[in-house]
Amino acid sequence: MIMTYVQLFWEFFKTGLFAVGGGMATLPFLQAIGESTGWYTYTDLMNMLAVSESTPGPIGINMATYVGFTAAGVPGAVVATLGEVTPSIIVILIVAAVLHSFRNNPYVDRAFYGLRPASTGLIGAACVSVILEVLTSVQLIAREGGLVKAPVLGGGSLFNVQGLLLAALLIVLTNCVPKVKGFHPIVFIGLSAAAGIVFGFAGT
Amino acid sequence: MNGKSKFQELWELFWTFAKMGVMTFGGGMAMLPILQREVVDSKGWATEEELADYYAIGQCTPGIIAVNTATFIGQKYGGVAGGVAATLGVVFPSVVIISILAGLISNFADLNWVKNAFAGIQVCVCVLIFNAVMKLLKKSVVDRRTAAIFGIVLLGGLFLKLSPVWFVVGAAAAGVILKNLEAKAA
Repeated sequence: MIMTYVQLFWEFFKTGLFAVGGGMATLPFLQAIGESTGWYTYTDLMNMLAVSESTPGPIGINMATYVGFTAAGVPGAVVATLGEVTPSIIVILIVAAVLHSFRNNPYVDRAFYGLRPASTGLIGAACVSVILEVLTSVQLIAREGGLVKAPVLGGGSLFNVQGLLLAALLIVLTNCVPKVKGFHPIVFIGLSAAAGIVFGFAGT
Repeated sequence: MNGKSKFQELWELFWTFAKMGVMTFGGGMAMLPILQREVVDSKGWATEEELADYYAIGQCTPGIIAVNTATFIGQKYGGVAGGVAATLGVVFPSVVIISILAGLISNFADLNWVKNAFAGIQVCVCVLIFNAVMKLLKKSVVDRRTAAIFGIVLLGGLFLKLSPVWFVVGAAAAGVILKNLEAKAA
């Protein structure tokens, strides 16, 4: 049990140190943690993200707490959250001490020129893999010990037609419909939950 | 600093940031107006300009933006202990609320209607992440080189079983090298 806490702290310490650009940037790291530890699946992670978006508190912290809880209960929630904020505290205390030279250091700007698109790329990759997971039966799986992932066809129909229709509707609502597109995500999450229940999305 | 004891000072930081944690709904961006009201107008812990600085730096240092900003303001008012107190305050409500909810949800997870609801919600999460990526693309991909970095990391993240850490470290190095070459050529 102690080892689980140590591992949780360490995994979230790395997430806090390397995830640049806020809560959503932690998603690819959380995916990698799930993959390597087996504490939760992609689908579990998406449910956690939905709950994190719909409850008070910064999304990144909510997700860390939820993942920690899933791995090791309430102590796990506390350990994961502390792990994620520890690098922030250390980095900010250092930056605060050298505030002036940090703001004017050309290397910080140059590093961020590369970091910003990379962070977007990582979230984009996480986005593609969750879309495959939820809306198709295609999965990207690496062979035992292998480095490269290849697409594998799962069972069932290739496309989740109900899901694709709902996704299309949501894309239109969140991007194209004036007034509606400014709504808080919780509105769309609630709408999707209702659609899922009415049309039996889980097939049960 | 003022008539308050160190403990009172730290408690005030913890409590104020805990209240702001509850009021923040969504990402760090949602927190800015609340920070302005509490930290600048009501407590006077930082000026408008300082807050803008902290917020900007909070976005370009690793970690959660809300946490970075909280640490910054806390350390300014109460030193290292203040930074820690403010950070613990901002995460405290999340830990309590999510722990309670997660326990509840795991009790109901086997009900059919809960499964159906989450299957619908998962579709919505896909769209929310997709929208977030589109928004970030506009800000981060500004020329051909940043487009190349985005494409390489996207494909690498998707098809390689490699920790995201390596992409982050590599991209930071690429940014420094590319910009240095540009500076030399100019």
